[in-house]
Amino acid sequence: MVSTNTDEGFVVFDGVQKSYDGENLVVKDLNLSIARGEFLTMLGPSGSGKTTCLMMLAGFETATNGAIRLDGKEINNIPPHKRGIGMVFQNYALFPHMTVAENLSFPLEVRKMGKAERETKVQRALDMVQMGDFGGRRPAQLSGGQQQRIALARALVFEAELVLMDEPLGALDKQLREHMQFEIKHISDKLGITVVYVTHDQTEALTMSDRVAVFEDGRIQQLAPPDELYEQPQNSFVAQFIGENNTLMGKVEKMDKDSAVVRLDNGDLIDTVPVNVSNVGDRTLVSIRPERVEFNRERLLPDAHTLKAEVLEFIYMGDIYRTRLRVAGKDDFIVKTRNAPDQRRLKPGEMIEIGWRPQDCRALDA
Amino acid sequence: MTDATHTPSDGPMLTADGIPLKKSLQIALRRQKLRALVLIAPLLLFVLISFIAPIADMLFRSVENDIVSQTLPRTVIALQDWDYDDGKAAAPEKEVFAALYVDLSEAEEFKTHTRLGSRLNYETTGMSSLLRKTGRGLRRMGTSIYTEQFEALDPKWVEPAVWVVLMEQPGVATALPETASAWDSWKRIVANKGDLLAEEQPDDFIYTTLYRDLANQPATAIAAYTGAEAGLLMAADSAVDGFETVSLKDQFIKMDEDWASPQVWGTVKAFSSPYTAGYFLASVDLKQTPAGIEQQPENQKVYMLLFGRTMFMSVVIMGSCILLGYPIAYLLSNLPLRTSNLLLILVLLPFWTSLLVRTSAWKVLLQQQGVINDILVWLGLVSDGDRLVMINNQFGTIVAMTHILLPFMILPLYSVMKTIPQTYVRAAKSLGATDWTAFWRVYFPQSVPGIGAGSILVFILSIGYYITPELVGGTTGTFISNRIAYHISSSLNWGLAAALGTILLAVVLLLYWVYDRIVGIDNVSLG
Repeated sequence: MVSTNTDEGFVVFDGVQKSYDGENLVVKDLNLSIARGEFLTMLGPSGSGKTTCLMMLAGFETATNGAIRLDGKEINNIPPHKRGIGMVFQNYALFPHMTVAENLSFPLEVRKMGKAERETKVQRALDMVQMGDFGGRRPAQLSGGQQQRIALARALVFEAELVLMDEPLGALDKQLREHMQFEIKHISDKLGITVVYVTHDQTEALTMSDRVAVFEDGRIQQLAPPDELYEQPQNSFVAQFIGENNTLMGKVEKMDKDSAVVRLDNGDLIDTVPVNVSNVGDRTLVSIRPERVEFNRERLLPDAHTLKAEVLEFIYMGDIYRTRLRVAGKDDFIVKTRNAPDQRRLKPGEMIEIGWRPQDCRALDA
Repeated sequence: MTDATHTPSDGPMLTADGIPLKKSLQIALRRQKLRALVLIAPLLLFVLISFIAPIADMLFRSVENDIVSQTLPRTVIALQDWDYDDGKAAAPEKEVFAALYVDLSEAEEFKTHTRLGSRLNYETTGMSSLLRKTGRGLRRMGTSIYTEQFEALDPKWVEPAVWVVLMEQPGVATALPETASAWDSWKRIVANKGDLLAEEQPDDFIYTTLYRDLANQPATAIAAYTGAEAGLLMAADSAVDGFETVSLKDQFIKMDEDWASPQVWGTVKAFSSPYTAGYFLASVDLKQTPAGIEQQPENQKVYMLLFGRTMFMSVVIMGSCILLGYPIAYLLSNLPLRTSNLLLILVLLPFWTSLLVRTSAWKVLLQQQGVINDILVWLGLVSDGDRLVMINNQFGTIVAMTHILLPFMILPLYSVMKTIPQTYVRAAKSLGATDWTAFWRVYFPQSVPGIGAGSILVFILSIGYYITPELVGGTTGTFISNRIAYHISSSLNWGLAAALGTILLAVVLLLYWVYDRIVGIDNVSLG
């Protein structure tokens, strides 16, 4: 199934499969097209096959079946060092016995570049990550964040059009990680490079990417821009994997084209949007985001279904309030409210009524 | 200042109580330090007793040489004025022989003259038999005539009690210096025999020294003695001039004419100081002769050759271990843990077999009627007539020792390589390096600490190896350690063995220092 379509994506996975032992598939039929200049994130729990995909693209693993194309050329049989793909590794993989400048100079040296040109490029790359004065240091003398910048500069210094990043921020603390997320994003936008980014951190995926591919069980579960992924998860795995999420089990009671009423296991009725349920009577897992739950009756539609809830716990978190409720027999139902001047603080033991807009509540596969 | 600690503008940092911070810290840490000391005390003691002390003893033995000055104390002093004069000197004066007579009389009782003979025999052959012969002949020196003449003069001279009284008097040492000194020897001899001083008639050598004192000391010196038995002494002093005498020098030379040879006396003089460089000189094919430091004769120069060979073969063994061990360690470190553990056991397997068995196995394999030669002949690569000589030479030693020491190279290499993440090589490849460049520029430099550790281990072990070269080395494949063992167990020249060992230790330390300067010792890692 070799496609010769030239205006397909810059990077194309075409029916790629991967097996290590000849019995189990780690990657099951991957089809993915990445546009030039796109920032695509592969997101998924460990063992979902995302890193394997990245390693196949980098050339460190061979695809068992299917084709991988880069800029229209099949690269399955091209060794990694001839692919010209920049890569940032999880633990930076800066060569400890070389200085920062030597590390950056390495890809240029193996490309037989002249000394003067090398020095200019190295300095330019260092300046780009604001590490211009650190050329003479050894990697061990740098902090984690600085090493991360150098690793990034090294992947960019030989002007690769495609840069792969394998959980590059995993070893940094939270604040630095958030800072580096923006910086990587800015640099990739400025240089117009294509980035394939692997992470298991969904916030990172949402913040940085043009599109996110959610991996699970060797398949892409959903490929979508961050907002769509968050607000319109296509199945229960994506809904539960991305962001915080309340789930309720029930059976489809009534169904239209774009709305459905679900009867929960305790008999209560709720309004939902049918996503992957097809028939009345189907078992469904209903997903609702904690910040979309409403307990002010006047903000709900007049005929909306509501549920009774008992407040179990109120947690003050600064910018938000987090309230745990018992709803339909489950006591892990979370409501998040913004800490605004007119916001009401619920008290444990209080009985309230909750509801939501039908489009925020998605009836997914059980 | 609200801080609990405050710094006066000039002076040490103080705590809130005003005690200097340093002192306060010391007190706080003292308990911890004591605890640590108590915990390591058993090991410290063990190391001191079983490691530091033997090494110090060895270092000391290599220069220790008090046997001459202890066995022949009077002779050594008497010899001070004698000059060897490049062998042209005549035999020393009779005073020296008189001193030698007294020294040997005591040495003969304690049998130390034979030990002295063995010691000096290392330097000049014939010394051992000379001293043994002289020891046996001391009784026949003819000195009994002095005893008889003193007895004839006054029978009191053969009463032990008179002697005891006389010799215990103050001032007697001034009047009769040689006799007093010889009397000390006599006391030790009697004590050694388990007899009582007051019951034993003194030996002839006491009468000989008495005669010499009375004859040599001016009359005033004898007259100055006023203690007990002064009259007896005065009477003897006036009588000795008429005594019949015997020349000790002639007696010694008659017993063995070597005593007239300046070579013998030169040797005694040259090694009379309590410390000597002689063992070290011998270790580097030089020797200390009465005339100074000289080269050993060509046919006796073995040690420099052996040192050189030891170094050369250790380097070759180290090199072969690197060549053989590196790929294996690389393979091991890149395999899954289950497989690599299994293979590691195979690497360690030789350790569980006796060293002797392994070495003997190499004998079986390598000898001329051995397995390898048989196969080569069978294959027709070598004709039956000229089978390869692979054992009892350097080749055999190198093969057997490389095999034995290989694990010491593989293990540090493996543990270092294990810590080099695969991502480095991957990173290098993703940056455009070929397999070889990635290995050579990125992987290899990081494995150098392992090579360093393994090399130091293998080199130092092989430089002091003994059993394998002994078994498979023949004459051309033996190490300096075999020579050391020979001197310790066969020739009993422990001083030379110690000097050789000390030089070996110094060479190892020197090489260690050089390695530190070139590669850097912090660049050595066992993983």
